[in-house]
Amino acid sequence: MTPRRKRILLVLGIVAGVAIAAGLGLRAFRSNVMFYFDPTQVAAGQVKTGQRFQLGGMVEVGSVKRQTGSLEINFVVTDFQHQLPVRYTGVLPDLFKENSGVVAHGRLDSSGTFVADEIVAKHDENYMPPAVKRSLQKGESRLGQGT
Amino acid sequence: MLPEIGEFAMILALFLAAAQAFFGIAGAWKGNARWMSAVAPAVAGQFVMLGLAFGCLIWSFVHNDFSVRMVAGHSNTALPIYYRVAAAWGNHEGSLLFWVFVLSTWTVAVAALSGSLPRTLYARVLGVLGFISTGFLLFSLATSNPFARLQPAPPDGVDLNPVLQDFGLTIHPPMLYVGYVGCSVAFAFAIAAMLEGKLDQTWARWTRPWTTVAWMFLTVGVALGSWWAYYELGWGGWWAWDPVENSILMPWLLCTALIHSLAVTDKRGLFKSWTLLLAIMTFSFCLLATFMVRSGVLVSVHSFASDPARGVFILAFLVLVIGGALSLYVWRAPLLRSNAGFDITSRESFLLFNNILLVIATAVVFGGTMAPFISDLLGLGTLSVGAPYFNPTFVLPIFPLLALVSIGVFSRWKRGGLGDSRRRVIGSFALAVAIGLGLILGIYGDRSLLGPIGVVLGAWIIIASLIDPVDRLRRGLSLSPAVLGMTMAHIGLGVLTLGVTTMEARMLARDIALHTGQQVKLGDYAFNFDSIKDIEGPNYSAKQATITVTRDGKLVNTLLPERRTYWVQQQSLAEASLGISWTRDLLVTMGEDLGNGAWSLRVQVRPLMRFVWLGAILMALGGLLSTIDKRYRKRVEATQAQAVPSPSQSQPA
Repeated sequence: MTPRRKRILLVLGIVAGVAIAAGLGLRAFRSNVMFYFDPTQVAAGQVKTGQRFQLGGMVEVGSVKRQTGSLEINFVVTDFQHQLPVRYTGVLPDLFKENSGVVAHGRLDSSGTFVADEIVAKHDENYMPPAVKRSLQKGESRLGQGT
Repeated sequence: MLPEIGEFAMILALFLAAAQAFFGIAGAWKGNARWMSAVAPAVAGQFVMLGLAFGCLIWSFVHNDFSVRMVAGHSNTALPIYYRVAAAWGNHEGSLLFWVFVLSTWTVAVAALSGSLPRTLYARVLGVLGFISTGFLLFSLATSNPFARLQPAPPDGVDLNPVLQDFGLTIHPPMLYVGYVGCSVAFAFAIAAMLEGKLDQTWARWTRPWTTVAWMFLTVGVALGSWWAYYELGWGGWWAWDPVENSILMPWLLCTALIHSLAVTDKRGLFKSWTLLLAIMTFSFCLLATFMVRSGVLVSVHSFASDPARGVFILAFLVLVIGGALSLYVWRAPLLRSNAGFDITSRESFLLFNNILLVIATAVVFGGTMAPFISDLLGLGTLSVGAPYFNPTFVLPIFPLLALVSIGVFSRWKRGGLGDSRRRVIGSFALAVAIGLGLILGIYGDRSLLGPIGVVLGAWIIIASLIDPVDRLRRGLSLSPAVLGMTMAHIGLGVLTLGVTTMEARMLARDIALHTGQQVKLGDYAFNFDSIKDIEGPNYSAKQATITVTRDGKLVNTLLPERRTYWVQQQSLAEASLGISWTRDLLVTMGEDLGNGAWSLRVQVRPLMRFVWLGAILMALGGLLSTIDKRYRKRVEATQAQAVPSPSQSQPA
């Protein structure tokens, strides 16, 4: 092989590699991205049945109930427009509190309860997941218009 | 009074930085020796001023001066003194001041050690560093003054976030910042070389140690961040592909590519314009990371709107620095063409593939990190990208890279064909596969593909890296620190690979509700919840559980996880307890009181977790070791001998 042909081969190899990587990357991306919805969007039926998604909002005051001695916990997520009951089994992150923001990963079950398999821990107490913040702002402005 | 002195010192430092930038760049451009000679004093003056300013900030924290907004917002009288000091950089404003202080320290080091460089190159490098410093100081003073006062001063502060009250996080930001800022040195050298229109091997030899040291600090910084997330956040997550973590990983990947590309430029005079581009990109990502993490851009693109001054300034500065550097690159880099050829299986090509794969990995991470913002901006819905995307796409370029490392270490400069080493490549691979199979069949029992592949790749790198150095030693030849350092860093990579893949593939975790006296089994280990008691720390009270772990009836560890409540912010925080050995980490975290004496607990067994940290430490040490190689200093003496001898140049301090 001449050096020229080798160089062409090298460049072709690189281009092919990058193309394959980009293709696989996009595929992985499309099938692994999780969408975020707030209770209002869920109520409006924007979530496909069986779809795994992120639910965000505030933990409603007085809604946290747990079976004594069990890891199962039930609470309600609200955006001050609509509510959605959530069930989760496991250890909660440190910053999980009533009347503070929360993001849960999971699916809706047939009864309309959101079954969470993960409650996202946040890095600090001032941090509010951006989507939650926006949902709440939307909710508040809708409330504001109402009164 | 001291805060005002600090602020005044910052303003003086701003003027000195501007002078340093102007006299450095304009002086070299005009060839004005008097202007250029003004650069070094400006560097020294700026360092003194920033040291004073930073000292004032720390003093305010140590002495609880709550009339300073930063102190009131991030400290408290009950906070132990070492955390009060650390709180100085545990917030946006303070960390910016710390950033410029670190930058000026690096600048002083460059100024002191590079006296033998050509006058114009020297002035330009310092000028570029001065320009960056000017930008940061302007940003700090205009939008994020750390010394802003609070009227009236509150009697006590609102405390440092309890999650940040930890040794790992005390030193994590300084390490990262030293790394980020270190990349600015490589950047400054790149810009200066383009302004000079000349990039020779001496330049690469000069830039290499600085870049390697920066890379070492980045490595330590990334590892510390991960370590902190692992044991202080307490839930065993060591890498969550969180935007904050990604923003740190990207410059690390690029910097890794850069040190390898610099090696080619140094040894063979090739990849010149590519090296320049990498130096620019690396620093751009460092800037991006600094701003992303600290400015709240990460929390939401919409925070630009909530604090428009900061957002606009950041955008303008990024556009100016990155855009300016890239324009200069487009204009000047073609002057720096190199034409030497190399064979497709030579070391040059292996390093080229290394660079391509690392850049692809960076692109993958970048795409996943930015996608939510882009989707948000375009109104396509709010989405989140997590491990299901990052894991497979990141592994895709990284696994081939790991295999290439093992072959590449045998390759030769310029010439193709691995020659006599072909047998060693095959032999080392066969041995790695044998070890992999042995471990899988003998100890672990197969569960996924990740484990076996990881073990083989990791073991192969370690074996392959050792063959040539051991061979040299056996023949009584010496090893240079550069080779030793490289070998050590590659072994570190192998160890890291072993640790990460084995741990991810074979970890066990379980959430469970336990009463005292009850037991839970996880793998070979039995966790016994013996008792619970109240304890008190300097600024918190806590419930502490005693959990004894047994294996085959024998006691292996006693773990004492805590559930703390910090008094000031009334925040509850789990403090995990670790049982450490070389083969596995045991981790217990306390959830909450479930009533009736039951507690929710998360118990985990993570095999080879220590290898993750050991790998990172070996990589960092390898980097450090390679920079002490004599060849970097020999060239200095050689260029010194050629330079016009002057008393001030003969002894670089």
